[in-house]
Amino acid sequence: MTAAIEVAGLWLAYPGADTAALRDVAFSVQRGELMLIAGPSGAGKSTLCSCLRGLVPNTIVAETRGQVKVAGRQVLGPEPVPSSDDVALVLQDAEAQIIGMSVEDDLAFGPENYGVPAEEIRARISEVLDLVGLRGLEKRDTYALSGGQKQRLAIASALMIRPAILILDEPTSELDPVGKAQVLEIISNLRTETSTTVVIVEHEIGRFASVADTMLLLDHGAVAAYGNPASLVSDIELFERVGGERPPPAAELARRMRDARLVECPSYGLDLGRALADIERELESHGSCSR
Amino acid sequence: MAPAVASFTENVISVRDLTFSYPGTAVPILRKVNLEVRRGEFIALLGSNGAGKTTLAKHFNGLHCPTSGQVLLHGRPTTELGLRELAKIVGYCYQNPDHQIFSSSVENEVKFGPRNLGLTGEALASRVSEALAVVGMTEFAASNPFVLGRGRRQLLAVASILAMDPELLVVDEPTTGLDLSGAQQIMRVLGRWHEEGRTMVVITHDMDLVVEYTTRCVVMADGQIIDDGPTQEVLRHNDTMRAAGLEEPAVVTISDRLSRFGSARCKSIADVVADVGAHMEAEHAGRL
Repeated sequence: MTAAIEVAGLWLAYPGADTAALRDVAFSVQRGELMLIAGPSGAGKSTLCSCLRGLVPNTIVAETRGQVKVAGRQVLGPEPVPSSDDVALVLQDAEAQIIGMSVEDDLAFGPENYGVPAEEIRARISEVLDLVGLRGLEKRDTYALSGGQKQRLAIASALMIRPAILILDEPTSELDPVGKAQVLEIISNLRTETSTTVVIVEHEIGRFASVADTMLLLDHGAVAAYGNPASLVSDIELFERVGGERPPPAAELARRMRDARLVECPSYGLDLGRALADIERELESHGSCSR
Repeated sequence: MAPAVASFTENVISVRDLTFSYPGTAVPILRKVNLEVRRGEFIALLGSNGAGKTTLAKHFNGLHCPTSGQVLLHGRPTTELGLRELAKIVGYCYQNPDHQIFSSSVENEVKFGPRNLGLTGEALASRVSEALAVVGMTEFAASNPFVLGRGRRQLLAVASILAMDPELLVVDEPTTGLDLSGAQQIMRVLGRWHEEGRTMVVITHDMDLVVEYTTRCVVMADGQIIDDGPTQEVLRHNDTMRAAGLEEPAVVTISDRLSRFGSARCKSIADVVADVGAHMEAEHAGRL
């Protein structure tokens, strides 16, 4: 496997800021992998996304050190080059990204600018409408979309350019639970049907850790933890220390049961069903022991 | 800001056969909606994206006018009330704080509403300082709102509505884009406000917060209300939850599974474990 993203010793400070927004951040994402980025507000998640998209330091001015290499190009470092066209970033604020007057116009904007033939654009529109569940709203004025529909459109528009690397900054913040599950499915489909590399910033760790290959937890601009999502999410102490994120219920339940000396639970990570079955069995045996 | 007495008998809002379409569109966003909001309630307005939650809520203070039907505030149609009267009764906090914030300082932003309601001098100043204190932003009074993080802008948006001291507060997805501590901070502010006797309507998808804070759930799908009742009951109605694109919160699943071991409350996992612990201890003591 080759690395799609390599970040080494990344340090960043915005003009006039007292503290650095990113401090010595290092990680890599292999081609076709999915990385989940989490951390409290102000941890540096969106700043990191901007670096990966190649927006720093030209579009977003900041003082930087270290290196960021994306799709084989060094977009941040001693001699940076412009980012590749097939890296797409979906912004946290979907409205800031929607420019078309209608859903269809917005979807067509990206590929039209890349000179994709009209026939091909129509085919892609049809495909992404199904992928994000906006079929039937092609002609809808974008201002008349709900918050969640706008978020889906922003993801769909990014997919229109068939990116090799897709960076999503909190893409489900305004979606209902079914919408969140759909985004998870979109991402899972992308990974099985294409070799798209995905980086996703999310507060709903429980939902996305199950499909991620690696997870990066940021805190005050530095890497608090980096590694296998299943073992990271079981580390409740880590979540309590970093704060800002709700640990998955299975992990929290196991930890609290253990602390209350009720059930000596192992770590269940994300599997609430298994945690509950074990706890029920243990509690039952407590009852029979004392009987 | 004198606390009002909570009473569930008086309707603050009555929605009667409300139908609404955006001008020039054929498909109605709201279809024959009926709803009574009683004083002192803490209501979660739930439903999938595009169900009509925001559109309904924007009728409460006259931001939208019914295509047909009526919205009554204390028995008077919103269409007959002036802006000032509407704003005194219903405060509406936008989903995106940036749609609401326009001043160059936090203090001026909070001042704008009460000043327009006619407050001046000492009364105005104390309203502003109280509202900033409630959301914990006193130290940011002189800051420019646009250099603040999203969480603080969201709190500022809430503060500038609180400063108008409305009887009913509608908050549209207050926790969007916030992390857990930010979301809980906002909800604690709203919870305190509710405890003082105000009426709250909150639009949210965060079911953990719904179960922790709200007393009643109104569930919408496709422009209609499909379920309405106490939070603890509605969250267990699998069919309407599914129709509204919602999921039962994990804490409810856990509490129900462990009910035979003494789990009675289901607001947080900590509560469930405490209940089970107390139950097991009592059982143990009984057997000794």
